[in-house]
Amino acid sequence: MITKRIIPCLDVRNGRVVKGTNFENLGDVNDPVALASYYSAAGADELVFYDITASAEGRALFTDILKKTAETIFIPLTVGGGINTIDDFDRALKCGADKVSVNSGAIRNPDLICEAAKKYGDQCVVISADVKRVDGRFTVFAKGGRENTGMEAISWIKRCVDNGAGEVVLNSIDSDGVKNGFDLEMLDAVCNAVGVPVIASGGAGKAEDFITLFRTLPKVDAGLAASIFHFGEVNIGELKKLLAANGINVRQVNEER
Amino acid sequence: MTAIVDYGVGNLFSLKSSFAAIGAEAVVTNDPEAIAASERIILPGVGAFEDAAKKLRDAGLDRAILGETEKGKPLLGICLGMQMLFEKSYEYGEHAGLGLIQGSVKPMLGVIPAELKIPHIGWNPLIFPKNREKSALYRYIDEGDCVYFVHSYYGADCDDAVTAWAEYGALLTASVERGNVFGTQFHPEKSGSVGLRILKAFTEF
Repeated sequence: MITKRIIPCLDVRNGRVVKGTNFENLGDVNDPVALASYYSAAGADELVFYDITASAEGRALFTDILKKTAETIFIPLTVGGGINTIDDFDRALKCGADKVSVNSGAIRNPDLICEAAKKYGDQCVVISADVKRVDGRFTVFAKGGRENTGMEAISWIKRCVDNGAGEVVLNSIDSDGVKNGFDLEMLDAVCNAVGVPVIASGGAGKAEDFITLFRTLPKVDAGLAASIFHFGEVNIGELKKLLAANGINVRQVNEER
Repeated sequence: MTAIVDYGVGNLFSLKSSFAAIGAEAVVTNDPEAIAASERIILPGVGAFEDAAKKLRDAGLDRAILGETEKGKPLLGICLGMQMLFEKSYEYGEHAGLGLIQGSVKPMLGVIPAELKIPHIGWNPLIFPKNREKSALYRYIDEGDCVYFVHSYYGADCDDAVTAWAEYGALLTASVERGNVFGTQFHPEKSGSVGLRILKAFTEF
């Protein structure tokens, strides 16, 4: 039986991990490599590194951090942020990333997913979608949630999967940072539309939110969160024990052997 | 010294780093002489079977690998590298593999229940077959330990060689073994400390 994945997301700017509420008021939290090792030892099933740097210097720092992380920990790494070209894919993969997630880059150039899937395989390409309800309609936002594309989200995600995206990260802007649970309605709509793994993002405020997520929507493959892990509100090891106690299949880690 | 065969498919960064992490010497190489000089060989790989098999042949590395394994040198195929050990693959047509493990590589589609997702991505516990001794590759891990999979095709008709299964709507081949030839469908270099312990066991062959 495949296990449900718990994925901490590390937003990195200028070499440091940050996390804000509703994508604003970013605050410095911790050192990315140290945080990544800590999560890996605690039982994180995968890590997402999201580069929110705008400058070339910041990008170089990010690449350096990615490399150091990939040399230190041996669980799957996904990289996102600033992925606009095949060269960006190449750069991330050469530094030890296993998957690359595209968001605005795919909105600007929908062929990017096709090209990348052809070159690196579907399993390597993740479509990350920032989605918000606008007049009751699931709508795709670009540029870190700042720009309304006007596109309907479900058909957009479906199109990305048809083009070769092997996984979907669905980030609900409506729930992000609110800590009131995952956006089950939005997730359900996406799960019913695509046949690839779906990762829930945005809204986790406590361990119970993950139980509700996997119980209500067995089709969801993974839960992703940032601040609740960074600030120690939820401990990954304890979260996994709690999930197991609630009949949800998770990978238990026993590092001391 | 372990030779990690570089034939232009897939990402060898993590594999190389994981050898460093367990304190084992490894070299990433496309040189048949370096493969001949090594103590053991890792055949990695991600992507499409046909393309990978062609690249391996074009570089003359298939002959180097076959020659060395015939002499008894340990070989570990990982993911697509494991699939390449088989006689053939039915991924987009029919393509010949190295023929070191009897059986063929088939699509999961139609074999697992339709509601399960393909590719199979994620962590599964290993299930050891009841009718054979635990593989030496697993000497430092236990049945039920989880490893990380990413694949859409699987090793079929190879029950005699299977040393572990993964349950994903059906029992899928997680690893195979025949003499000095080993293969894992999962990625030990992405399977945390469990994976590192599997690689450590391999470096002791």
